[in-house]
Amino acid sequence: MAIHFTLNGKPVTVSVNPDMPLLWVLRDTLNMTGTKFGCGMALCGACTVHINGDAIRSCVTPISAMAGKTVTTIEGLSADRSHPVQRAWMELDVPQCGYCQSGQIMTASALLAKTPKPTDAQIDDAMTGNICRCGTYPRIRKAIHRASELHTAQAKPTGATADDVPLADSVLAGGAE
Amino acid sequence: MSSTTPVDRRSFLKTGIAGATGLVIGFYLPGRREVLAAAPAATPAVLNAWVHITPDDKVTILISKSEMGQGVETSLAMLAAEELGCDWKRINTEFAPADKVYYDPAFGMQGTGGSQSMHSCWEPMRKAGATAREMLIGAAAQKWGVDASECRAESGAIVHTATKRRATFGSLAEAAAQIPQPKDVKLKDPSQFTIVGKPTKRLDTPKKVNGTAEFGIDVRRPGMLHASVEHCPVFGGKVASFDATKAKAIPGVKDVIQIPTGIAVVADNTWTAFQGRKALDIKWDEGPNAAVSSASIRKSFEDACEKPGVVSRKEGDAAAGLASAAQKLEAVYEAPYQAHATMEPMNGTADVRADGVDLWVPTQFQTPSQGMAAGIAGVKPESVKVHTTYLGGGFGRRGWSDFVAESTIVSKAMGVPVQVTWTREDDTQHDYYRPASYIKMSAGLGADGKPTAFTARVACDSIMSWFFPGSITNGLDSSSVEGVSDIAYDIPNFLVDYHLMKGPIPMGFWRSVGASQNGFFSESFVDELAAAAKKDPYEFRRDLLAKQPRLLGVLNLAAQKAGWGTPLPKGRFRGIACLEAFSTYAAEVVEISIDKDGTVNVHRVVAALDCGRVINPDTAEGQVSGAIVYGITAALKTEITIDRGRVVQTNFDTNPMLRMNEVPKIEVYFVPSEETPTGLGEPAVPPVAPAIGNAIFVATGKRLRRLPFKPEDIA
Repeated sequence: MAIHFTLNGKPVTVSVNPDMPLLWVLRDTLNMTGTKFGCGMALCGACTVHINGDAIRSCVTPISAMAGKTVTTIEGLSADRSHPVQRAWMELDVPQCGYCQSGQIMTASALLAKTPKPTDAQIDDAMTGNICRCGTYPRIRKAIHRASELHTAQAKPTGATADDVPLADSVLAGGAE
Repeated sequence: MSSTTPVDRRSFLKTGIAGATGLVIGFYLPGRREVLAAAPAATPAVLNAWVHITPDDKVTILISKSEMGQGVETSLAMLAAEELGCDWKRINTEFAPADKVYYDPAFGMQGTGGSQSMHSCWEPMRKAGATAREMLIGAAAQKWGVDASECRAESGAIVHTATKRRATFGSLAEAAAQIPQPKDVKLKDPSQFTIVGKPTKRLDTPKKVNGTAEFGIDVRRPGMLHASVEHCPVFGGKVASFDATKAKAIPGVKDVIQIPTGIAVVADNTWTAFQGRKALDIKWDEGPNAAVSSASIRKSFEDACEKPGVVSRKEGDAAAGLASAAQKLEAVYEAPYQAHATMEPMNGTADVRADGVDLWVPTQFQTPSQGMAAGIAGVKPESVKVHTTYLGGGFGRRGWSDFVAESTIVSKAMGVPVQVTWTREDDTQHDYYRPASYIKMSAGLGADGKPTAFTARVACDSIMSWFFPGSITNGLDSSSVEGVSDIAYDIPNFLVDYHLMKGPIPMGFWRSVGASQNGFFSESFVDELAAAAKKDPYEFRRDLLAKQPRLLGVLNLAAQKAGWGTPLPKGRFRGIACLEAFSTYAAEVVEISIDKDGTVNVHRVVAALDCGRVINPDTAEGQVSGAIVYGITAALKTEITIDRGRVVQTNFDTNPMLRMNEVPKIEVYFVPSEETPTGLGEPAVPPVAPAIGNAIFVATGKRLRRLPFKPEDIA
C-alpha cells in the first residue's frame, strides 16, 4: 500500500505494511536514524516526532495514519542546528549519551511552539513522557528556559514580542527543507 | 573515509611510527553517513597511536575509551591537546580500533569501566600529545636548521621564537612522523595548563542535537539484514522444539534460525523481525531453574549467613569489642537485583566474511568483543575489526558481549551483514544484573558513644564468577564487599566475612558496582549508630573520620553547602551519607518530604566530590548530577524480581525510571585538588540511597533496611 505524506518539508511515498510504525519506516525504510527506538510502547519518548506540529510517539503510530500528514523529525528541525532548542542544547551541553535527546528536543520544541514561555510546571507536564537514563533533566529544564529566551530575542527584531508571535512548528523549524 | 583499511592495523602499529606516512589508514567515523560511500581517504601522518595529522592541518586524536555519555571523547582529547599545542577549535576525534596498544593497564584489555578512564589515561594521553609535539618541533628545527630548543608549539603551528618563523602542524606532519619517537618527554607544569581544568564544550554535542551521532543501532551497511532473537524467558533454559512456519510466511522475513541463545528471526527490517518473533511457536525446555524466585534466592542468602564466611577484613577482636560495648546494635539489610536500562537497547552489527569480520558495536569492551567474534567466526582476532560507535548508555551493561556474539553468529549463518536488535523487554529481562545482596551487621558502642566494634556478614551474587572467575581468590569476590569491607571510619575492632553466591541470574557491573548496595548498607547502619549514640549524624561521622582527610573534606563541604543544622521548612527533612568509591570521595545531603501515602519526594541534593584534579568541570558536574538521578531511581523506583525462573519486569511501565517531574534541585561541588585525577562516572551513586533512607528515619522514625523504599513501608 502506497502512503503519501510530507516529511521534513518534502513529499514522500512509501509502500510498506500499513501497520508498520512510523518509527521503523523512518529508521529502516528511509534510513533516517535520528529518531530512536527505546521502548516500543510510547513509554519513553525516544521516538518523538512532530505530526502536524504535535509531539507524537512514532513507535506506536502506524504508517497508515500518516496519509496526508506533515511529519517533522530531528533531521528536519533545522538544516543547521539553528532552532532555538538546538542552540540552547548546545549552549548548555545538555546531552550525555545523547540517545534520548532527539526525542527530548522534539518534545521541547513542540512545547515551545505552543507555550513560548513555559513555567516549570508546564515543562514537567510536557517533558515527563521523555526518559533520560543519564539524568540530564536539570540541564534539559534550563535549556528549555534558555530556548524560550533565544526565541524571544530572535522574534524581537520583527517588532513583535514572543507572546504575539504564533510559535507554529513551521516557525520554530526554521531552515527545515 | 573508507570503512575498510588496506593496511593491517595491528602489524602497522607494531612497526611503530617511523615510515608510517603516506599510508592510507581508513577508519569508520561514527556519526558520519558518508561512510556508506567510498569517499577518498585523507592521508594522515601517524605520529603515534593517538595523534594523527593530515596535511590540511586536521589533528585527529584517537579515543581508546567508549563514549557512553561520560564525556570521555572530549576529556581524552583535552589531555592530548593540552600538550600538543594544537588549535582546540580544529580538534577531531575518532574511536580507536581494537588493539593491544590501547589496553587499559588496570584491566589488561581495551575497555571502559570502573570510573577508570581519567585515571588510566591522565599520563599516557598527555605523553601522546607531548611526544607528537616534540616530533613536530624536531621536523621544524630540521627544516629551518635551528636547534629544537628554540622552537615551540602554538595554536597548531611550530614557531621559531627568535625569527618568528612559523610552520603549521599539517606542513610538518609527514616529516615529523619520520623522526624517532622521543622517550621521556617533558610534560607541562599544571600551572601552565590552558585546557585541562577549564570548562570545555563537549565535542559530541553538535552531533547529538541533530540526530547525526551514530549509535550502534543506527549502523546501516549495504545489503544488511535485521534480526531479533527470541530468548528463553527462564534463565538457563533452551529451545526444545520450534515451528517457524507462520513466521516465515510473513512478507519480509528472510529466515528463522536457531542459535545458542534462542531463535533468531532475520528480516529486511527490524519491525518485521519483531513481528516474526511473535509468530514463532517455540516449546522451551525451561531447565533446572524454572522454580527459582526472589524469595528462594533470598532464603539461600539468609541460610548462608547462618554460618561464617570467607574473611574479607579482620582487625582487632570484634567479638571482644562487642562484648565490652555499652550498647549493641544488630540489623539485616537487603538490596534487590537492578537492570541497567540503557536507553539504547542492546544491539550489534556484524559482517562475517571468509577473510575476517567487521563489527560495529556499542561496546564498553573492545578487545573481548574482538576475541568473541573471532572465536565464533573462526578467524584470528586481528582479522576482526571493531568499529566502536557511540553508546546509548553503558552503566556497565555493555561490558558483556552477548549482543556481539548474537550478531556475529547470525551474520555468519546468513553470509551478509546483520544487525541484531533487542526489544526493551529483552533488555530488561536478559540483562547482567546488579547483584542482590543480604547483609547482617552488628556494632558496639562504648559509654562515650564511640564504636567499639563492627561486624558484617555478606551473602551476595558474585559478579566476578560471571566475568573474571580468575580474579576470585579463596572464595572472595571483592566486588561483593566493596563499600562495606573498606569503610573508612575509625573503629578499633572489625570483622567482615562473605558468602559467594552463584545462581542462575546473570550478574554484571552496574554503575558503582558493589558500592551501590554496600554503601546503602554501611551508611545506613552508621546512621543507626549515630542515633543510638544520640549524636548528630554528620558530627558522628566527622568524629570518626579524623584520619581520613579527603572523605572528611567532602563530608564537611556537603554539610556546609547544604546548610546542615539550619532550620528547614515544615515537612522537610535532611539525611547525609558519604563514601569513597573508585578512589573518589563523595558526600551527599538530601532534603525530602513524605506524602500521606508514603511517597517520598526528593527536593534537593547537595553533593561534594573529591576526584583529584577535575579535567572538564562541565562534564564533571553532569556526571555527578546524572549519577544522583540514577541513584534516586534505584532508591525509590526500580527493582528486578524473579518468579518461575524469569524476570517479572518487562518495560518502563514495570521498571520505571525517574522522570522530569521527580527530579530535585541538584548542586554539585568539587574540592579543589591537584591530586592525580580519579573517576566520576560512578562515585556519586552510592551515597544517594542511604542519604534518602537516613532522611526518612528523621521524618518518620522508621529505619528502612531494604531497597527500594516503598510507600507502603513508610506510610
